[in-house]
Amino acid sequence: MIEVSGLSKNYGKHRAVDNVSFTVEPGRVTGFLGPNGAGKSTTLRMMCGLTRPSGGRATIGGRRYSDIPNPGTQIGVLLDASAQHSGRTGREVLTLSAMVMGLDRRRVDQMFELVGLTQAEAMRRVGNYSLGMRQRLGIANALLGDPSVLILDEPANGLDPAGIHWMRTLLRDFADRGGTALLSSHLLREVEIIADELVVIGRGQIAAQGSKSELLTGSGTLVTGPELESLATALKTANLSYRTDDHGFIVDAQPLAVGTAAAAAGVVLSELRQADGAGLEEMFLQLTADDARDEVSV
Amino acid sequence: MSAHASSAPALTLGSPVPLTRLARVELRKMIDTRAGLWLFVAIGVLTAAAIVLFLFFAPPEDLNYFNFAGVALTPQGFLLPILGILLITSEWGQRTGLVTFALEPNRGRVVRAKVIAAVLVALAAVALLLVVAAGGNLAGAQFQDGVGHWQFNGGRALGYTLILQFSGIIQGLAFGMLLMNSAAAIVTYFVVPIGFSITFGLVAALQAVAPWLDLGTAQQPLFEFDHALTGRQWAQLTVTTASWIGLPLVLGYRRLQRAEIKSA
Repeated sequence: MIEVSGLSKNYGKHRAVDNVSFTVEPGRVTGFLGPNGAGKSTTLRMMCGLTRPSGGRATIGGRRYSDIPNPGTQIGVLLDASAQHSGRTGREVLTLSAMVMGLDRRRVDQMFELVGLTQAEAMRRVGNYSLGMRQRLGIANALLGDPSVLILDEPANGLDPAGIHWMRTLLRDFADRGGTALLSSHLLREVEIIADELVVIGRGQIAAQGSKSELLTGSGTLVTGPELESLATALKTANLSYRTDDHGFIVDAQPLAVGTAAAAAGVVLSELRQADGAGLEEMFLQLTADDARDEVSV
Repeated sequence: MSAHASSAPALTLGSPVPLTRLARVELRKMIDTRAGLWLFVAIGVLTAAAIVLFLFFAPPEDLNYFNFAGVALTPQGFLLPILGILLITSEWGQRTGLVTFALEPNRGRVVRAKVIAAVLVALAAVALLLVVAAGGNLAGAQFQDGVGHWQFNGGRALGYTLILQFSGIIQGLAFGMLLMNSAAAIVTYFVVPIGFSITFGLVAALQAVAPWLDLGTAQQPLFEFDHALTGRQWAQLTVTTASWIGLPLVLGYRRLQRAEIKSA
């Protein structure tokens, strides 16, 4: 289990990570979602002892990362798939890690098979790898020590749709065997496919966290009908707050309450259902839009 | 993936990675890339080339073991510090530090492993030098009417050679840690002595104190191993070694302990 409490990082006056707290449970795949520059990578580096926090702490299984002996055999880490010496072969990269961890070299061959890299690819220099191949190599490096915890920064970046599906299966299996998996992403769709739990970060702060079903649904009821004006009147009469959507209204209430209100006013409905994750999506768009605007103006 | 750890969230703590294992990995990292391998090849080739040139162009009366060993010292001395620099800076330039320090979060142990690896390489370089010099001496006596004697002041010459080559590679490590950038560290390493010689050339008053300021000047007597260093020369060597190797090593080590290890 990973516990992050009050983790902060200042760079001069800029507060890159601001009092971030969350837990990652075993048996679940947790997505760490946020736009570029939101503080994801800094948080992950602090968790792995590579960046010194300005405040707060992160523990894995109750210990700080730097207090875990031979951590590669406990925690699989991939912080940047491209952070490999371009002149080494994929096989050499894994061999070095296996040597540090004191593993049987045969494990290296098993890993290439597991992540779907051929023996010929393993013998190529990392400088000639595509981003997708580097991600696979990075995942292999993280899994090499048979860890019970995985910390992966943007592991799906550069993977094709089949690769993302593969990643989902891999992490699902890992979690089903009791593993604790945390992966970051800046793409909501990607995390939606892979993760069970979500921690959303924006501008260094946690914006939302919970299970995927909690966050993606329950954000209101979508209702629409042929007579939108009388539908609006009915909602007002029932004291339900709502906002206008492309098709009709998103109401802050359960579908039953909305249906009851419509029935009471005798308004015909053509659609009445749980709105799809609009809350999270909108919040995420908001977070992204602010940062995107910053990038354009720079 | 084979049998997996139990579903218990607690970690099964093993023993720390032994330093010998880390040092073996560091040695391997020095030669498992083309750039690293060529640096080793270059050290070997330059050592041999210096011996061969000396064999053909030195007067026969100079062809003895002692001189052969001496000529091979300088080209090695150029390249060993670069090896030391790259041993550190490749972790940043090639960003492998993210993996290195994730697998061994105790940065002091990683540095110690690198120092061990560096010292072993310097030892190997000196061994190579002695062997190649012996070959040169035999060839000199055989084909060039060389005097071919083996008087070497054994202990002293070996000691001075080791001091020089250890100093070089450790200074490389220190500059690497201090600057954390291959180009900056290599340029600084070569520019500092040039700066000194220009300064000493321009300011005559400084020439007298040069051996107290400049490591290169203070090390000069080590190359002439037929004379033992005087107490004063040892003092000069100690002072300049402390300021040009010791201080950068301490400052660089502190910087490395605090540095953020990141990809960009």
